[in-house]
Amino acid sequence: MSVSFALLGLLEGGPRHGYDLKRSYDEAFGRDRALHYGQVYATMARLLKNGLVEVESEPGDGPDRKRYAITDAGITDMAAWLTQPEKPEPYLQSTLYTKVVLALMTGRDAAEVLDTQRSEHLRLMRELTRRKIDGDLADELICDHALFHLEADLRWLELTAARLDRLAEKVGR
Amino acid sequence: MTAPSSGTRPVLTAEDLHLGFGETRALQGASLSVYAGEVLALMGPSGSGKSTLLHCLAGILTPESGSVRYGDRDLARMSDTERSALRRGTFGFVFQFGQLVPELTCLENVALPLRLAGAARRDAHRRAADWLERLEVADVGGKRPGQASGGQGQRVAVARALVTEPTVIFADEPTGALDSLNGELVMKLFIAAAKETGAAVVLVTHEPRVAAYSDREAVVRDGRVRERELIR
Amino acid sequence: MTGPRSWIFELALGARMSVAGGRSGILRLALIAIGVGLGVAVLLGAATVPAAMSASNVRTGARAIDNQAEVPRGDDTMLTAHLGSPYRGQSIDGELLQPEGSRPPLPPGVSRIPGPGEMVVSPALARLLAQPDAALLRERWDAEVIGTIGDEGLSGPAELFLYLGTNTLSPDTAVRIREFGPPGAVAEPETVPIFVLLTLVGMVVLLIPVMVFMASAVRFGDQARDRRLAALRLVGADAAMTRRIAAGETLTGAVLGLLIGALLWAGGIVLANRYGTGGLSFYLSDMRPVPLLVAVIVIVVPAVAVTVTLSAMRRVVVEPLGVTRMSVTIRRRLWWRLILPVIGVVLLWPLYQGIDESSSGYEIQVVVGMAFLLIGIALLLPWLVEATVRRLGGGSPAWELAVRRLQSDSGTAIRAVSGIAVSVAGVIAMQGIVTGVESLYDGDGDAGPVRYGTVVMPMTELPDRDWATALAATPGVREHRVMRIVQAGDQARLRIADCDVLQQLSPEIGACRDGDVFALGGATAGKRYALGEAGVAWTAPPATRVVTGTTDEPASGETLLVTPAAFAGAAVAPDSTSFYTALDGNDPDALERLRNTAARLDPQAYLYSYDRSSVRDALAGMRDALLAGTAALLVLIGASMVVNVVEQLRERRKVLAVLAAFGTRRRTLGASVLYQVAIPVLLGMALAVTVGTALASLLMVAVEAPVTVDWFGIGATSGIAALVVLGTTAAGLPVLWRLTAAGNLRSE
Repeated sequence: MSVSFALLGLLEGGPRHGYDLKRSYDEAFGRDRALHYGQVYATMARLLKNGLVEVESEPGDGPDRKRYAITDAGITDMAAWLTQPEKPEPYLQSTLYTKVVLALMTGRDAAEVLDTQRSEHLRLMRELTRRKIDGDLADELICDHALFHLEADLRWLELTAARLDRLAEKVGR
Repeated sequence: MTAPSSGTRPVLTAEDLHLGFGETRALQGASLSVYAGEVLALMGPSGSGKSTLLHCLAGILTPESGSVRYGDRDLARMSDTERSALRRGTFGFVFQFGQLVPELTCLENVALPLRLAGAARRDAHRRAADWLERLEVADVGGKRPGQASGGQGQRVAVARALVTEPTVIFADEPTGALDSLNGELVMKLFIAAAKETGAAVVLVTHEPRVAAYSDREAVVRDGRVRERELIR
Repeated sequence: MTGPRSWIFELALGARMSVAGGRSGILRLALIAIGVGLGVAVLLGAATVPAAMSASNVRTGARAIDNQAEVPRGDDTMLTAHLGSPYRGQSIDGELLQPEGSRPPLPPGVSRIPGPGEMVVSPALARLLAQPDAALLRERWDAEVIGTIGDEGLSGPAELFLYLGTNTLSPDTAVRIREFGPPGAVAEPETVPIFVLLTLVGMVVLLIPVMVFMASAVRFGDQARDRRLAALRLVGADAAMTRRIAAGETLTGAVLGLLIGALLWAGGIVLANRYGTGGLSFYLSDMRPVPLLVAVIVIVVPAVAVTVTLSAMRRVVVEPLGVTRMSVTIRRRLWWRLILPVIGVVLLWPLYQGIDESSSGYEIQVVVGMAFLLIGIALLLPWLVEATVRRLGGGSPAWELAVRRLQSDSGTAIRAVSGIAVSVAGVIAMQGIVTGVESLYDGDGDAGPVRYGTVVMPMTELPDRDWATALAATPGVREHRVMRIVQAGDQARLRIADCDVLQQLSPEIGACRDGDVFALGGATAGKRYALGEAGVAWTAPPATRVVTGTTDEPASGETLLVTPAAFAGAAVAPDSTSFYTALDGNDPDALERLRNTAARLDPQAYLYSYDRSSVRDALAGMRDALLAGTAALLVLIGASMVVNVVEQLRERRKVLAVLAAFGTRRRTLGASVLYQVAIPVLLGMALAVTVGTALASLLMVAVEAPVTVDWFGIGATSGIAALVVLGTTAAGLPVLWRLTAAGNLRSE
């Protein structure tokens, strides 16, 4: 899911070849897992089918030299995705990280992304807190487990928010 | 700024506050509204100015420019005496530690705002005892703050903040010096009591689990505020 | 909100907080109360003494004899003569009474005039006479006690006074009176100016440190109080309420201090009543302090205490978030601190020319001058400490910690020390005078032990043989010599006696043969004198040697010391005769027996003693009392310094815990506490010793005593100050150890 938005976001900077896209992705997000070429083409095919990207053919080149460009629909979809908070769940940070970096890359408000997410997290935490206060000990323990995990996410959000300037510097390079 | 949901009105409104301490600019155009009966969490990284904002809202600090309106009055235009009177009757305070007068018993500490406002001793003590009861610390009433545990002391402080049935309670890291179990207990009793009296709470905290007791959060960053909508 | 009820609550809240502060709070309150109490006691004492003195003077005035008035003999007249006959160092005074008719006046407190062989005595004298070992005193007047003198006829309960009936007085040697205590009668001999001066200076010396202590006492623990007040500001106390609460806190101490002061004063009165002797004994009913002054003390002391508190608070902004001290930024200025001491010096400077006893205002001038100078020390010290500390550089970590701490806030340290400085300066000045006066009475040591230590001066004419026989028969009298005194007009006199006696009047005489003549006080060889009432001409022989007299017996006017052979030809009756007697130094009762002999032959006889040990004893007593008072004051100030040190350590517990945590040795921390206490004390002592010694020198010049530096006083007070420093540090160490013990880092 996030890979397609990541590639879309990378295209916002300008049309690219599939090979370029893979390299840019690996550089920005593929720290642990590099993207396979097949994954790139499969994703591009899906985006092409949904009308979010288009292909700019360059005459005389082979199939590898296809250049992809983002459509207006793609930009709208991308923006919607960025402003839409993720459902709070454990191990979210890779998606969130992608969002923040993409926001920075595309000149959008990364802090807004983080704040939106914080709000969503807090909303769930409030719900859990309410359940905890009204419930019995079992509820309390279960809710606390979730709360502590969400708190860890939120702490990461705070930390990232505090380091946005440095991250923007690195991404911009 | 998002509009609050219908049926509520702001009790405190800060507009475009600026305040600096020497070289440091603590507030740079902070604006914020506090609505009646809500629990508002002020969050943000340390040094972002959230405590300074709280102090300005409470009339403890006066901003260099901008206004803090309580009802139709600007706190900056009030005299120190008037602001003191406001703190005495309309606002309540819970801080991290050290706000209790060590020489007085816990009961006397709770009764103090009432007595400063001119209440008779017996009446003040009766109401103070009532609040200690509600915060489950009736047993430390006769002790000095130094003889009570940290959690008990904090609940005494909460009782003192609530005893005047204020409109707004300002809490600056109220659980900051407590372990999580005691912190949870203090927050649970605090928020329940605040909801019961209808007091608004402005809660400065860096702990998300404490912030989770709020109805709404506002994020302070670089001396400015990002407010989220009031969620009901 | 305002109104009397809330005011009362706020004051009461302050009071409540002042008594509820746990152990350190109680100690703080106790020190404030004791400090104020001491001040109040001294003030009440000062308000009482004049009243008691005047009550006593009224009674002595009522029994006074007017020896100037010419009273013709009548049925209602009586002859009186003064008698003074000390017994074992206590002076006993009285009047000889000899009625000349059937309606003699009755002295106050006496119901019947004693006849010859009878006497009426004061209760204190009656008790003294009744003591089993007072046999010698009982022998003295050989009269029956027929009654005691009532309170209204005595200066005080301890006065030793008697009326002795007699029939030996003649109009020549006695005073004829028609009434006791007529208006204009001079009651008692006047006090020596030096003693008046010493007493006044002593009062100033004791009063000012007490005042300084009082002023600093009400500020004990004000940092803790300010923090308390900040907490109150948070819950909505406004600035005026905060001040009222602080006033309430101080008032508690001040009112307690008033009570303690009243108790101390009452205790002092009981002691003075029971143990007061001589001129300092008063009836309890005498010791009613002047009501107006009492009212002033009761109102002004708490008011001043509150004013000091509030003025100290003016430099402190108590805000809900904490306390801001503004004094840090204010550098102390020198010029206005110099005004008072300079005025003091200007006032004291005329003393350099010697005391002009004829002008009456000099006491006030001296006292005001001293007061200004001593207060000046309290003013100069903060500047001195700040100026010095600012220049102190780095050193060992302990030294650095202490110096930096003093640089950031030296106020608390100085306030305690200035009390020490003022009292030490005062004591050194006082000691200086006492030493100087003492050396005056020692006669610079050039007189040496005199051979004939006691002189009997009869007032009634009796044959020499009677005296000679009686003196020879008195056990303990080794030998006696006769001296005849012949007046040569109003200004000059001849003293005729053996070489042995004359030699003791001037150390310069040296070799002396019968027939020699020596001149003193402006007399010269060859000068003509008209002797006696008849005016017989006599010329000092050409061989007359000019000498100077001893300081023991200052020559009053021109005096010629004449050996009997040099006067053999002159047919002049002596104006008076005295007997120079040598007593057995090993017989303590010899002097009393001599007095008995003298009293038996002539109750009016006056005994002059070359041994002025009583004066020396009085001075030494004064000096000991002063030293003891200073020591007590220093201990008290030490206690207040302990409070300061402990309070300051508590305040810095976090810093200390951190210092300890990263391995600062306790020895280093302890040393820094020592330095912190010692630096201000050292500077204070230096200033005090300088000013005190200068003041002492000036006063010594004023009383014409040789200028000496009182090393004993300096040593003693410095020693005590050093002990105070060490004691304060030692007392602070346990707290320091506890605060730096492991585990304190975490706790708040």
